[in-house]
Amino acid sequence: MTRAHADRRKPVEEPAVPPADFRSYYGRPILKQPTWKNPDVPGYLFSGGLAGASAVVAEFARATGRPGLARTARLGAAGGALAGVVLLVHDLHRPARFLNMLRVVKPTSPLSVGTWILSPFSALASAAAASELTGIAPALGRLAGVGAAALGGPMTSYTAVLLTNTAVPAWHGAYREMPFVFGGSAAAAAGGLGLVGAPVAENAPAARLGAAGAAVELAAGALMEHRLGLIGDRYRTGAAGTCMRVAKALSVIGAAGALAGRRHRGVAAASGAALMAGSLLTRFGVFLAGKASAADPRDTVVPQRARAAEADRAQAPEGTG
Amino acid sequence: MSFTLDQRLAAPLPDPAGEAGYAEHPPRMGFFTDTSVCIGCKACEVACKEWNLVPDDGLDLTGMSYDNSVGLGASTWRHVAFVEQTTPDRHAVDLGMPSVPQGAVEADREVRWLMASDVCKHCTHAACLDVCPTGSLFRTEFGTVVVQEDICNGCGYCVPACPYGVIDIRPGDGRAWKCTLCYDRLGAGQEPACAKACPTDSIQFGELDELRERAARRVDALQAAGVEKARLYGHDPADGVGGDGAFFLLLDEPEVYGLPPDPVVTTRDLPAMWKRAAVAAAGVVAAVAAAFLGAAR
Repeated sequence: MTRAHADRRKPVEEPAVPPADFRSYYGRPILKQPTWKNPDVPGYLFSGGLAGASAVVAEFARATGRPGLARTARLGAAGGALAGVVLLVHDLHRPARFLNMLRVVKPTSPLSVGTWILSPFSALASAAAASELTGIAPALGRLAGVGAAALGGPMTSYTAVLLTNTAVPAWHGAYREMPFVFGGSAAAAAGGLGLVGAPVAENAPAARLGAAGAAVELAAGALMEHRLGLIGDRYRTGAAGTCMRVAKALSVIGAAGALAGRRHRGVAAASGAALMAGSLLTRFGVFLAGKASAADPRDTVVPQRARAAEADRAQAPEGTG
Repeated sequence: MSFTLDQRLAAPLPDPAGEAGYAEHPPRMGFFTDTSVCIGCKACEVACKEWNLVPDDGLDLTGMSYDNSVGLGASTWRHVAFVEQTTPDRHAVDLGMPSVPQGAVEADREVRWLMASDVCKHCTHAACLDVCPTGSLFRTEFGTVVVQEDICNGCGYCVPACPYGVIDIRPGDGRAWKCTLCYDRLGAGQEPACAKACPTDSIQFGELDELRERAARRVDALQAAGVEKARLYGHDPADGVGGDGAFFLLLDEPEVYGLPPDPVVTTRDLPAMWKRAAVAAAGVVAAVAAAFLGAAR
């Protein structure tokens, strides 16, 4: 038996927008659930973004004579990258085979491209941080820092391609905006880390970056939800919706606090923590929205039906249909 | 031989094995599953499990008609769907076969039963293969798509990439598994186990070009006989996945059988994705620079 909607026979309150009518095989999902682990993957989306943006911050801080901010950012870059490596290896269902990731270089696989970004990035960021902490080989450490910074930008946005290059409707449909959501989120997190760790005399760039990053994260996120149409509700409902709502509130509070109160040590740290938490929850929200989208045949069938109908109309000879 | 980026990613591609680098190779092989003659015996499911040593993955009584294997997965490489429908009575010719009284159905309605054996589509543009970061998934000389179990590290990227929801990670094993189109049997000149076992030739194995011609004749014949809803699925090299190596004749809309109505390989949009990611990456660096530029002390 096919059915239009799982709860059709139940007398339910009339929703403001009626559910789109569609058919399915016993309400079963068409797509498989992503097998990526939680919190490993959303955790890495955050830590990788934080690390990438921090590596860039570290070099600008060093160049402009802000040693406290540079040190914080260096440690953030190395910590985020190393945490990311651990999370990603743990996410594998055969972790002993993690080196197989280095067998090939494949531009069609964002995970392969990401491996070749993260591997040198984590090595360089770690070397820069180790040199910073120990004072050993400062010239080489600085060189490693510059190398890490060069890979920092890609670190912040390739993970968006990782998620959107799937058949999951709430991810794939967002491929235009997701790199900017993730880039903004990474900048907000790196700015937040700078606010938490750097002395107030040096934290002005961190405050500006954190606020700008949060603004981009929020704006791109709003555009993404809007452009997704029907599927955008995956980002507004359920656990994903809760994450996204709390993330938005934290990002707004963090950005406002950063701009208004960065000179106060406590306010700066609290604002920075709020920015980082907002970034983290955005990643969880995006991850969970995709899982919910894959679990519902509606997201697969309704847009594809509409697309097929549109193609049929375009193909029909004029004067018919 | 050279291929454009479009051809490599999503456009019609006449020779996927050639694109994968085989200079000389046998013709592309595939399945044509004609669901109009499927009797739901599940011999294909059993033969597949037996030949490929696919482990047991539990037995649930689902209440979904006679379907208790639910769908394709890491340990179900052929899956027979059972769909029960009531349709307007077509007053079919009485063949004198024994039947069950359909008391619950109104006089002008009849019950029809759709049965369909689903399988990996062995897409021309296979997203699972495209996104696999280890090279475990590869294109065979027959144009099919196969996982190398000694390489797969269970990263799971192929799972959400497949627009049909075919491939999955096997719990307890950790690697991704799916239909191989019996790569071992093909190499020995044998047909796949499911096609061999199918008693009604609902599952037909052969050269894809020939199967497409046969399928076109079959759907025409059914249409001419008044089966208006008969249609081919996955046969078109111009569709979103460049056409399937395993395609179907269906008697209702694809989603009724649990198939996506208009799947598109995700990699079609990958160049646009990489461009946007590059712009975003540059934007982050520019934002950091701007944050430092003229910042207060």
